[in-house]
Amino acid sequence: MKTYCTFLWDCFRLSFVGDWRYHLWMTVLTTFALVGLYAYAQQLVHGLVTTGMTDQVSWGLYIANFTYLVGLAAAAAMLVIPVYIYRNMHLHDVVIFGELLAVAVILMCLLFVTVDLGRPDRFMHLFWRFNFPMSMLTWDVIALNGYLLLNLHICGYLIYCAYCGRKPSKAFYIPFVFIAIVWAISIHTVTAFLYVGLGGRPFWNSAIIAPRFLASAFAAGPAFIIITLQIVRRFSRHVVSDDALLTLRHIVQVAMIINMFLLACEVFTEFYTDSAHVASAHYLYLGLHGHNALVPWIWTAIAMNLIATGMLLLPASRSLGLLNAACVLSIVGIWIEKGMGLIVPAFVPTPLGELVEYVPTVHEVLVCLGIWAFGLLVYTIFVRVSVPVLAGEVTYAKRFGRPAGA
Amino acid sequence: MASGDGSQSNAAPELTRRGFLTKGAAAVAGVSAVAAALSPLRHLDPDDVPSIEKFLQAHYKEMITEDKERVLARIRKAVERRHGVTPNVSDPPPLDGVEFVYGLNISRCIGCRKCVHACVQENNQSRAPELQYIRVLEMEKGSIDLETAEHHYDSAQVPNPDKYYMPVQCHQCKEPPCVKVCPVEATWQEPDGITVIDYDWCIGCRYCEAACPYWARRFNFAKSEIPDGALNPDMAYLSNRPRDKGVMEKCTYCLQRTRTGRLPACLEVCPTGSRKFGNVLDPDSEIAYIIKHKRVYVLKEDVGTLPRFFYYFDERGSRYHEPIAPVEQGDAT
Repeated sequence: MKTYCTFLWDCFRLSFVGDWRYHLWMTVLTTFALVGLYAYAQQLVHGLVTTGMTDQVSWGLYIANFTYLVGLAAAAAMLVIPVYIYRNMHLHDVVIFGELLAVAVILMCLLFVTVDLGRPDRFMHLFWRFNFPMSMLTWDVIALNGYLLLNLHICGYLIYCAYCGRKPSKAFYIPFVFIAIVWAISIHTVTAFLYVGLGGRPFWNSAIIAPRFLASAFAAGPAFIIITLQIVRRFSRHVVSDDALLTLRHIVQVAMIINMFLLACEVFTEFYTDSAHVASAHYLYLGLHGHNALVPWIWTAIAMNLIATGMLLLPASRSLGLLNAACVLSIVGIWIEKGMGLIVPAFVPTPLGELVEYVPTVHEVLVCLGIWAFGLLVYTIFVRVSVPVLAGEVTYAKRFGRPAGA
Repeated sequence: MASGDGSQSNAAPELTRRGFLTKGAAAVAGVSAVAAALSPLRHLDPDDVPSIEKFLQAHYKEMITEDKERVLARIRKAVERRHGVTPNVSDPPPLDGVEFVYGLNISRCIGCRKCVHACVQENNQSRAPELQYIRVLEMEKGSIDLETAEHHYDSAQVPNPDKYYMPVQCHQCKEPPCVKVCPVEATWQEPDGITVIDYDWCIGCRYCEAACPYWARRFNFAKSEIPDGALNPDMAYLSNRPRDKGVMEKCTYCLQRTRTGRLPACLEVCPTGSRKFGNVLDPDSEIAYIIKHKRVYVLKEDVGTLPRFFYYFDERGSRYHEPIAPVEQGDAT
């Protein structure tokens, strides 16, 4: 226990140590996070009226970001599967960064759900009367928190073992790694079911949403990790091989193709049938009765995704410059498509046919930026701490001159 | 992330005067930045800060009689403080052998929206921002496509002869999707068929609002404003007592009235008699007669929610010609 406390204290101290670029980056993130907190404090005082949400469009940017981030968290599985199932050794040394990302991202997810609540002070009602298994939201609570705990355990255990200079015992983490793989698929499936199960919202009431969620997550997630790993490589001494990045490129490539195919299936079904069902899709892609706030967004997203897919298919994207460009395009493209493009149109028109558009307010955007900054802050600390500890530079033995437990 | 700091941070911490001052200044700056970020909270309405009593309040279904008495007394006091009126807060139970059903005659409705405003007054809805349970749709003749409905018609006179009117409110479904999705069981169906909300239990996630195919649920995005003297002092725990900000609300068929033998406010005010309400389990009731004998339909039957709200039309007036003798077999022209 005492060793564990020293471990936590050393991690805490490490997170403050760095050169000026590190301090600048952390200061900027902290500032954004605090501005977000300020905006949220105002939301607590005035209510959700500070957001652009209405009774007509009752979910907006918060839930859109939440949905996207669940996918990002699930994508950690795309690093774990090659390593632990296919024994891909290129990714072996970087798999922990995927798992740490999952932890930081799930924290962001939980924050996005919390800021969306009208009565966050009644949060504990979830413990007293939990509508399980009827409400898909309760499934999501279990899925997300379970995934958080699994990844916290796996990462925490491996890093702590490195700190103590012990060899990790397989029995303590390998079973959890395999559970986490299945769990990763489940978090995104359950999140899709949250929307899919609503008969009153034809735009969501489609079986293809869950597969689409997974395909887009397994494209955007590894794309995000490709960029992250290069940043880790640039600013720390941790070795990330090009082969690791290229393995991830394969994953993004395949996932992106499946994602575009599923999108085409969805668009065909909606527009060729051309039933009353199509109103929301019509609003999203073409505008409806002169309302077309989302049209430029979705076409930007589709263009970005198409270009990214094209780039990824070209052998030229084996060069990191092009690969990075393709990754950024898919990350942003999928963020638009799966965030605003999936959540908002389901509310337009309303079930009674009213057309009310949704535009996020500055407040809402600041809260979102704050949560993103907080997530990046947490992830930066994770990486900052885990790199030297895993490299054996910071250990209990070095600090006290004797091995832990001795 | 700086490279090569691992070993440096490994050194035993030295407490120099300069280091101490720098760290102290950074800590003070950090704490004051967090305090500044949280500063808007000083404007928090005391009503929004949950008291210990409210924080520990049980779910409605778990309250024993004494709990209920205490909670009703607390609500009474809160209303007195906020509105300066002593309300009559009750908790009428559902009546045995009663299942409430609503019927709406679309041949008669003229779209005057009197029901909308009577409802707002009876049920203490917020006036600013304006919150209404009933939405009257002005429909194109020859279509029940909701997408062609006009929500915000503003003609000097109603009815517009080229239109018909279809008011929509909570349908008190027998298979309510809103109840199914609520993560904390803050909304449920009572034995008399009315779906209610425990406003003190709702966490404001708005999942029920997304689930409702009739757009019948409303959220308190801001603090509800009811002008002095406009408050209806006859209120019930599960229906028209004032709501906090951040919770859902909806039509309860005026259970504070209907469970004590009165009719819903929207029905009482209707000048055309388009609204009918009653116990469908009583075979002699008007509503049972209407459902049995009139041409009735429910909105969006395809979503499978089994509404307890029926639309119907009169046979006279919707009939285009006088009765004729039935056509004999083989005699068709």
